[in-house]
Amino acid sequence: MFKPRLFPGGVHPHEGVNGKEVNKGNAIRELPAPERVVIPLSQHIGAPAKPVVAKGDHVLMGQVIAEAGGFVSAPVHSSVSGTVAEISTVKLCNGNETQAITIVNDFKDEWVELHPAEHPETLSQAELQSIVRGAGIVGMGGATFPTAVKLTPASGKVIEKFILNGAECEPYLTADHRLMLEKPVQIIDGLRLMMLSFGVKEAVIGIEDNKKDAIAAMKAACRDVEGIRVQALPVRYPQGGEKQLIYAITRREVPAGGLPIDVGCVVCNVGTVYAIQQAIREGKPLVQRVVTAGGLMNNPGNYLVRVGTRVRSLIEACGGVKPEVRQLVNGGPMMGVAFNDVDAPITKGTSGILALGPEAIDPPEGPCIRCGRCMRHCPMKLLPVHMDQNVRDENYEEAERLGIMSCIECGACTYVCPAKRMLTQSFRMGKKVIAARQRAAKEIAQKAQEELKKEQEAAGKEAK
Amino acid sequence: MQQMQKKLIIASSPHIRDSVTTRRIMQEVCLALAPAGIAGIVYFGVDALKLILISVCTCVLTEYLYQRLMNQKVTAGDWSAVVTGLLIAYNVPASAPWWIPVVGGVFAILLVKQLFGGIGSNFANPALTARAVLFISWGSIMGSYPVTRYMEDAVSSATPLALLQQDPSQVSVWTLLIGNHGGVLGETCAIALILGGVYLIIRGIADWRIPVSFICTAFVCFLLQGGFDLALKEVLAGGLLLGAFFMATDYVTTPTSVPGRFIMGAGCGLLLFLIRAFANYPEGCSFAILFMNVMTPMIDRFTMPKYFGEVKKHG
Repeated sequence: MFKPRLFPGGVHPHEGVNGKEVNKGNAIRELPAPERVVIPLSQHIGAPAKPVVAKGDHVLMGQVIAEAGGFVSAPVHSSVSGTVAEISTVKLCNGNETQAITIVNDFKDEWVELHPAEHPETLSQAELQSIVRGAGIVGMGGATFPTAVKLTPASGKVIEKFILNGAECEPYLTADHRLMLEKPVQIIDGLRLMMLSFGVKEAVIGIEDNKKDAIAAMKAACRDVEGIRVQALPVRYPQGGEKQLIYAITRREVPAGGLPIDVGCVVCNVGTVYAIQQAIREGKPLVQRVVTAGGLMNNPGNYLVRVGTRVRSLIEACGGVKPEVRQLVNGGPMMGVAFNDVDAPITKGTSGILALGPEAIDPPEGPCIRCGRCMRHCPMKLLPVHMDQNVRDENYEEAERLGIMSCIECGACTYVCPAKRMLTQSFRMGKKVIAARQRAAKEIAQKAQEELKKEQEAAGKEAK
Repeated sequence: MQQMQKKLIIASSPHIRDSVTTRRIMQEVCLALAPAGIAGIVYFGVDALKLILISVCTCVLTEYLYQRLMNQKVTAGDWSAVVTGLLIAYNVPASAPWWIPVVGGVFAILLVKQLFGGIGSNFANPALTARAVLFISWGSIMGSYPVTRYMEDAVSSATPLALLQQDPSQVSVWTLLIGNHGGVLGETCAIALILGGVYLIIRGIADWRIPVSFICTAFVCFLLQGGFDLALKEVLAGGLLLGAFFMATDYVTTPTSVPGRFIMGAGCGLLLFLIRAFANYPEGCSFAILFMNVMTPMIDRFTMPKYFGEVKKHG
């Protein structure tokens, strides 16, 4: 009925050694739980969770150890059974420092008492939201936005369509691919329960067509389910970008600064939906996830990893890294974050740990030759060459007018630039400056308003 | 593991890059220019080879010396000066003395390219500007075209362009295609130029929009002026193909937006027609492109595309 239509721009990045081709054949293996897990309290966008256990407490697997610190937040659960050793500050793969709870594993894997939903097919929206919130589920594609918030549309907005993101467009990453192959029934089940709860009649699962086996598996799983279809998508990065995926499937453009719900869509990663299904059917919170260990690992693979496992354990399970490794990346090579501490814990948002070689070293920047490749490849149809010029000239107003705030930092422009200019980096900085200025302007306006109010009150009193 | 950790670098994403580099692009342009140069050497002999070498060496050396003297990072190895050198040589007649490409090369690299900030910052195509200056300063040298080694009669030493506007039937399409006629050394062989141009487009180096709109606009204009025969021959003759494929597609001096590139090509085609058909000069290609080069910032300004999800602001 619909022909898949490509979003504008995009690139087709090359894969290095142990890329998708190697790793997509590696079935998900369970990484043995480590002796200690270090579970960060901030594994999501929003307020950090607040600890509800203390040093010396005995905890069970799946027990809440920190509760949500606000509406946009998520609780955190223990991924092992054992004893709380300490609550301390740790550095995450993304460089942020956060509080974390260290638990010494007793290797009994005793689960806390689980409460599967009693009537999963007739959950009200509020019940589903509460299950998702309680299970600590966040966007598992890497964005880590609390899923319960996403599933609570602002008043007046209606979810017309669920879109499942199975694109997995970043090179090297195969975690979603394996999950779709190995758990298609559960993913479809989770999606169906979400549709029933929200009264949504239509859902589309977008999968890049370099994953023919995953497409077949998902198609088979949803054959008898009404309203769900699988959409094969052309292979093109960033196909898994929320706005790009919505455009490719529905041809709707999410307005700049808007959310998918503004065009009636909610996009969830397949891993997230799997977690939702586990929470509804089994009552299990999010305490483990599939992580791709790829690149220059001796034995790359896809692992089911307990949240809080140190990266070191994963690398050891892969037989170590090859000697030419120069960079470790949390996530994919296009948008992932480089880190250098192997003791950092794996979190709910870690889709992959990649070891990259000398190709990860930034080549020297040359002058822009105005070839226009960055513009042709920008999936947001922005003008990177002009935006970059304005950021470097500190002409932020013009950069903003050119739409810099719509930049999704996918890295396509930097990838294709023949002069090797660090465009994405420049935009990241420009966006930060502009956001800071907007906040400052808001504060000043607020203060002025308050003062005006005070003056008016004072004037009112005098008049009396 | 500890040893590995020490070697690790932290950098902002993306962590992988495409293999295309500025140097690579320039090398490909040189490769695409090769057939036309070979044709020039075949038709005009050692003179042509000599001028090409002098021109390329002058350009690269000028760039190198300037950057060394100014304590700048030396980018003379990026092959962009080689492209400029080739284009200058292709735009002079093979009978020109050795100092013509030297003057042209120094002018192009020093005045047009480096003094405006080097690669990426020049406002007009260096090779074209050099050609225009040489043409105006030494008109008799630049305007006298030697006969090719295979020409049967000396009569046709007048360029096909001059003959075309009098009577198109004096020139055969075949002659124009193989390039056995008078002209500057790199512009005569249409087949070689088309070959190189198509290569650039297929390799994704040149945007097809500019040459296609350039050639089509010129073709339609001449079609209206004098019919199909004239239009076809006008397109194949003179510097049109060299200009459309290799000079109007110069990244630095052409608009970056898609509609802007169509405007660029169409503008070049129209101006070329006006100059060839109505002005004093028989050839209008360089001036047409130069004029559009200067218009580029304005075209870019007025053809700024809407970005994804951009909301029209009201009021």
